[in-house]
Amino acid sequence: MTEQGVRWTAEQVLGLAPDDASRKAGARLGGGGPWSQTGGSASGAVWGLCKGSGSKPYRTVVDLAGPAYKCSCPSRKFPCKHALGLLLLWAAEGFGDPAGAPDWAAEWLTERAAKAARPAAGRSAEGPADAEAARRRAERRAARIGAGVTELEQRLADLVRGGLAGQEQAGYAAWEETAARMVDAQAPGLAGRVRELGTIPSCGSGWPARMLEEAALLHLLDRAWLGVSGLPEPLAATVRSRVGLQNGAEGEAVRDRWLVLSQYDTASPDGRLTTRRIWLRGLASGRSALVMDFGPPGRPPGLALPVGLVLDAEVRFRPGSAGLRADLGERFAAAEPCGAVPQGMGTGAALEAYGAALREDPWLDSWPVVLEAVVPIPGGQGGGRAGETAWQLADAEGTSALPVPLTGAGSRPLAGLWQLAALSGGGPVTVFGECGHRGFTPLTAWQPDSPEPVALA
Amino acid sequence: MNTATKTDRTSADRTSADEALGDWEELVAAALLGTDRRQGSPEALLGAAAVQTVRRRAGLRPAEAGPRPEPAPRDPRPAPPEAARQRLAQLLAGRTSAGGSGRRGAAPDLTELLPQWLAAAGHHGYRAPAALVPALLDAARARSDLRPQALSLAGTRGLWLARLNPDWRFALRGGSGAAGELPDATDAAGVDRLWQEGLFAERVALLGVVRAHEAAAAPRLLATTWATERAEDRLMFLDSLRAGLSAGDEPFLEAALDDRSRGVRATAAELLSSLPASALAGRMAERALACVGPEGVKPPAECDAGMLRDGVVERPPAGRGERAWWLAQLVESAPLLCWRERFGGLDPAGIVALPMGEDWVEELHAAWCRAAVRQRDPAWSKALLGSASEPPAAGPATASLAERAKLLSILGEEERAAWVAEFIRAHGLSEAFQLLGVCVVPWAGALGRAVVEALDSAREAGGYPWSFSGVMGLAERCLDPAEAGRLESAAAEPVEEGGAAAYWAEAFQRMVATLRLRAAMHAELAPPGP
Repeated sequence: MTEQGVRWTAEQVLGLAPDDASRKAGARLGGGGPWSQTGGSASGAVWGLCKGSGSKPYRTVVDLAGPAYKCSCPSRKFPCKHALGLLLLWAAEGFGDPAGAPDWAAEWLTERAAKAARPAAGRSAEGPADAEAARRRAERRAARIGAGVTELEQRLADLVRGGLAGQEQAGYAAWEETAARMVDAQAPGLAGRVRELGTIPSCGSGWPARMLEEAALLHLLDRAWLGVSGLPEPLAATVRSRVGLQNGAEGEAVRDRWLVLSQYDTASPDGRLTTRRIWLRGLASGRSALVMDFGPPGRPPGLALPVGLVLDAEVRFRPGSAGLRADLGERFAAAEPCGAVPQGMGTGAALEAYGAALREDPWLDSWPVVLEAVVPIPGGQGGGRAGETAWQLADAEGTSALPVPLTGAGSRPLAGLWQLAALSGGGPVTVFGECGHRGFTPLTAWQPDSPEPVALA
Repeated sequence: MNTATKTDRTSADRTSADEALGDWEELVAAALLGTDRRQGSPEALLGAAAVQTVRRRAGLRPAEAGPRPEPAPRDPRPAPPEAARQRLAQLLAGRTSAGGSGRRGAAPDLTELLPQWLAAAGHHGYRAPAALVPALLDAARARSDLRPQALSLAGTRGLWLARLNPDWRFALRGGSGAAGELPDATDAAGVDRLWQEGLFAERVALLGVVRAHEAAAAPRLLATTWATERAEDRLMFLDSLRAGLSAGDEPFLEAALDDRSRGVRATAAELLSSLPASALAGRMAERALACVGPEGVKPPAECDAGMLRDGVVERPPAGRGERAWWLAQLVESAPLLCWRERFGGLDPAGIVALPMGEDWVEELHAAWCRAAVRQRDPAWSKALLGSASEPPAAGPATASLAERAKLLSILGEEERAAWVAEFIRAHGLSEAFQLLGVCVVPWAGALGRAVVEALDSAREAGGYPWSFSGVMGLAERCLDPAEAGRLESAAAEPVEEGGAAAYWAEAFQRMVATLRLRAAMHAELAPPGP
């Protein structure tokens, strides 16, 4: 168990905020003013009373191991501003000697401990009748996907037969319709790729080559699905997950000390669904893991892990997709700061790592990489306005560089890049990000003389 | 792909890289036109494109690096302690939160604490944490009141970034925009080159350096290019002489009285009039003494050419008489010293107390106020302010609180705080806002107590705290954190839900919380002890 004394940084706490408003409200409550009876326990929990506008103060308690939150306020956000404020207060000042929790906090903490100890009872073995029904359901679904794939192949063949040149005028609607057909065919993975294909003709110069690439990879996925039974299992699992099927098989479980390298959210095109991507790296195994969580309309994803913390936890890798997708399993101790800068590689090795991963998943857009000793070169260097010419990350030794994409999926807003430039001051820095065929998207950086990571906004 | 172009070449003179590239371009061309117009099946084309795509991606090589930015100059100042760094991150994150009006809750307003943090950090001589420099520059862009302190904290790293990002160009314009790169004042060639070629901000900074080295060298430098400078630049250069103005600047300013720009002429006249020994001040004294004396006030009958050259503006603004307007300008430009002799050795208080006849006394006192501020004369300022406990309208000076605030700022710190404390005790808080604004932070004990007591009586009188939101906000920023204990009892008084008392309790809680936060902020910024 981690002692309560190992505190988090304010950035790590604010990284938990579900949205901007909570971040600000939490920051305002982090000053100590409205708080009383604050305390913490040796087993990794903090609590306190926060005076609100009502007569009764809110009771706030945080289990740092989760982290999990409980607050008597009516907010439906998790963590609420009180939990954030309490954590900030704790991060800034600490709560003195570990003490016994007051009844209201102890009750909830005991409840949580009991729940964690209970074995997962829900996973009873399925009866043979259920298995038979499940098999028939799977067959029916496979048949529907097969029909969808065949239809999509037809659509792609028509596209190439008639020529891409007409696509600029054809517009997005026809592809949206095809995407809807793929949703009907229960192949959400295909639907997503089709939608993206439809947006390419409006993406500026070079679009025909990009569209041919994406159409060809979609064709490859179609063909792979039609021949999936003949593929080696890992590749078959990749194909199934790319099409949009949940793999039934249990993946490999790895217990390690997992460093949180990055956490960021993206919104779906209609803004209703939030996708959160959390990148982990096993400090002993060296493996990378991508944990994803989703927030329904109006609500942030439930899982939040501050960058720079290390979790002693089990991570279950899903089959396929180059062994990246994973789910967080049991956690054995409260998260604590890492205290060291992760080791990294140069630009050439980064692209090689991506290339090697393509062998297992040819549809992979990028690979998580820590670049070591690279110099950010802001856009607009050597003429032109910043933002119009591309940014680069260059090896400190030599002349090799990776371009930094400013538009397109996964690229970060310029604010984060300026933060990166500020950190470097023209000198070499360590940067974590996603390296792929579009370039390198920086997500986290380390200051030259500090082990503390800076999440690039 | 069996196209005509490909068969033209023999396989021998193609390298494999060339082949991959050529094939891909042909594939794109074929896909653009469509397989209907060329031979070949769509499936084969898509298949070949898929192979090429994966191959190209798997074989990606790094690009050639573009020109790198020059490394940022080293900032030798220490970084602030860890806790202070986190506090700044928090303050910058909360910086865009709504200031809002009306009810503000019991939590402190971080937006208002940022300037204090910056000032305190500047006082300690810290540099900004690198990761926060962009947020600091953004804050400085949005709030010009933060600009000088934010830029000084951001230091060389901030300027380095500002050169790379057009959004932050403002940082290169203001103040000493070229920290660390100015030539030495004795390096004549370097000074001359930067003066001829530098950005405006660099030239202003250079002027400051040259002047600090040798007062008379600045006008000489200015004179080398004066005729070719734009009017607005001439005005700004003149304005930059305001700080540290000395008799050595007089000849240059005297010459500027004949400038072709009216703004330049007026500024030159104003600067000369704040040099009591200058020839212009002497000419103005002569004119003013002719109009005002123990026998009464007789404003000038005309605005002659000499007056015009010395910066007197002939046409009065709407609503003011010509003669009063001229009189005011003469008196405010005349050295205050000249009045003692004219009034038989009376001190400023004695002179101000003289009955000067109802027609002109207001005009005369207002002009003396402006002169006292311009010449930074504490004795005259004090005399014109009069007693703080007198009703504002009955004071010797103008009843305008803005004018009084200016006069106050000429007094010493302690005297200033004592005067405002007495004013608040006599007249309450409703008119004290501007006066409080010129007091030194944190407020002196007596002043703080006067404000807290006045707030307490406002509560007892049944007012609502938002009627005092201006003073409340000021108190949160300016009260000595040591006052938190005193306030806490006011904040803790039991109250019913709703009603004015509950709002007051909340307002006092917020004030206590803010004071504690400020105390914590300052403690965090203190350098770690030896």
